[in-house]
Amino acid sequence: MLARIVASRDLMLALIIVAMCLLIATRFPQFIAPGNLIAIAADSSVLIILVMGQLCVILTRCIDLSVASNLALTGMLIGMLNTAQPDIPVPVLALLASLFGLMLGAFNGALVWLLGLPAIVVTLGTLAIYRGMIYVVSGGAWVNAHEMSPAFLGAIRQEVFGVPVLLWVGVAVVAIVAFILRRTAIGRAFYTVGGNPTAAVYAGLNVGRTQFVAFCISGALAGLAGYLWVARYAVAYVEIARGFEFDVVAACVIGGISIMGGIGTVTGALLGALFLGVVKNALPVIGISPFWQLALSGFVIILAVVINARSARSRGRQILPTQREAAP
Amino acid sequence: MNIKHIIAGLSVGLALAAPVAAEDVRVGLVAKALGIGFFDAAHSGALEAAEEVGDMEIIYTGPTSTTAEGQIEVINSLIAQNVDVIAVSANDTDALVPTLRRAMQRGIEVISWDSAVAQEGRSVHLDPSSPELIGGLLARLAHDALPDGQGKVAIMSATPTSTNQNVWIEEMRNALPQYPGVEIATVLYGDDLADKSYRETVSLLQSDPEVRVIVAPTSVGIVAAAQAVTDEGKIGEVIITGLGLPSEMAGHIHSGAAKNFAVWNPIDLGYSTAMIAYNLAKENAEAAPGSEISMGRVGTLSLDDTLSGAMAEPFIYDETNVDEFAEIF
Repeated sequence: MLARIVASRDLMLALIIVAMCLLIATRFPQFIAPGNLIAIAADSSVLIILVMGQLCVILTRCIDLSVASNLALTGMLIGMLNTAQPDIPVPVLALLASLFGLMLGAFNGALVWLLGLPAIVVTLGTLAIYRGMIYVVSGGAWVNAHEMSPAFLGAIRQEVFGVPVLLWVGVAVVAIVAFILRRTAIGRAFYTVGGNPTAAVYAGLNVGRTQFVAFCISGALAGLAGYLWVARYAVAYVEIARGFEFDVVAACVIGGISIMGGIGTVTGALLGALFLGVVKNALPVIGISPFWQLALSGFVIILAVVINARSARSRGRQILPTQREAAP
Repeated sequence: MNIKHIIAGLSVGLALAAPVAAEDVRVGLVAKALGIGFFDAAHSGALEAAEEVGDMEIIYTGPTSTTAEGQIEVINSLIAQNVDVIAVSANDTDALVPTLRRAMQRGIEVISWDSAVAQEGRSVHLDPSSPELIGGLLARLAHDALPDGQGKVAIMSATPTSTNQNVWIEEMRNALPQYPGVEIATVLYGDDLADKSYRETVSLLQSDPEVRVIVAPTSVGIVAAAQAVTDEGKIGEVIITGLGLPSEMAGHIHSGAAKNFAVWNPIDLGYSTAMIAYNLAKENAEAAPGSEISMGRVGTLSLDDTLSGAMAEPFIYDETNVDEFAEIF
């Protein structure tokens, strides 16, 4: 029953995305050319990766608002490292980026786990700390295209089977997170801990530790995204990806992930990210006034959530007798 | 800290003062902060002016971080040295006014350059450029980048409400009648975000393949547009130009995505500041509305009612000089 509802929600969102693409194509036919669709997916790849991490965190009834700052700080450090040591191979840099991001995520997770602080407060704080650290490490200076090595910039642009590596990385992350959530004990624990923390404790799960692991995953993916972002736009400076955390959370909500924890699928999160990717890429080509774009994208998001949520509305189960029945 | 500053300032002053004649014009050139390439370049320009006129001495100084408090300390030490002119690029429009007024009461000529001091705290202010000059130059860069000066141009701006960009674009439109072949197809808004600017550029390249030139008067936008043109394989087909910084644009000049771009030249700015200081101190010119002050090789400064003037149109950087300036700023 639950599986069927979730499946129909995802199906609904997929249909909305397809309908939107077709609608855009009536004004700008090249939009649905295969090459352009791949380009849009690649453009959304960074968002998809962050959304996969956020999915894990939100499932445990937490939220990670520091992902964009984590991305920016890691990206700046990796950019500076590449400038200083251009000979370090790209896979090593990507690994270092993930590890550094993981450290930042673990810091969030540790505060939530060991001090029992609310995740929204912790990550709101680290959002500012990590962003502020970029000033400290860079002194406000930029890392520019000509300072980065050709391999650093080229790696994600190479095409394998006609698809850029940037998108393959996104695909790999989706596959890994899907595997973790479906096939591993910790993945199942995310659902349990978020769905019913009390029951999780009675089932022998350590709620705080589970949330800590979710933050580590989110942090590592944000770190990886830091390398991808800097390599894609060939520039690193203090302001990169500022405000991007809202896109990430919005994509999760569009994808039907419950902010209350415990409910959400990889498919839904993926579709939510693709939905935002399509909107972002469509607005410039269909010639809408820039004054309207921001408001319009918000409107489309709400519309999608409304349609999506209505299709999944369920009655709710009455497991205890109502007050009137219970009264003697 | 305070004492160190003053001693450092004094010792520099004394060291420079010793070998030169007493009637030299002594100019205190105050940077927003020391150790910034832009201001070091301005210093070298001021030294060039000093060498040219012969009887001018430049005392280059500034705080260690870009604060008004630091500048007040530095200015106090210049007052104590009884320099002839203080030329300051202000960290705060109003905070320096009381200190600078004290300097003026002691007979020191005070001017601001690059970043202005409120009018009651200075005589002349030297702006690096003006909206008219910038707009005119943007129109010319667009024209020069178009094949035969004919074709469609797009503008990459920051946000729809950025005052600077809007004024410059307006002035660019005003200058277009001189270049009849140039047609502005659209204005893109990248919001000074690298990713949005990039995406807007990619979309433009698809939706309007006739656009041959993108003019970006924003340092984030010009870099993102150049990267997008590179990634889309349109180098040579679509040319990027606009306002940017040499250190940020060097790679894109070498790749060919941009042939040139403009921004004020800090060397000329330092040179002009020193020349204005010299001419005011020597009473070759007076600080009054409508008056003209010579800036040597750079030209002549015309003062408006607020005693400000614009140095020149922005300096153009291309393959030949970008690397040299990329070291500076």
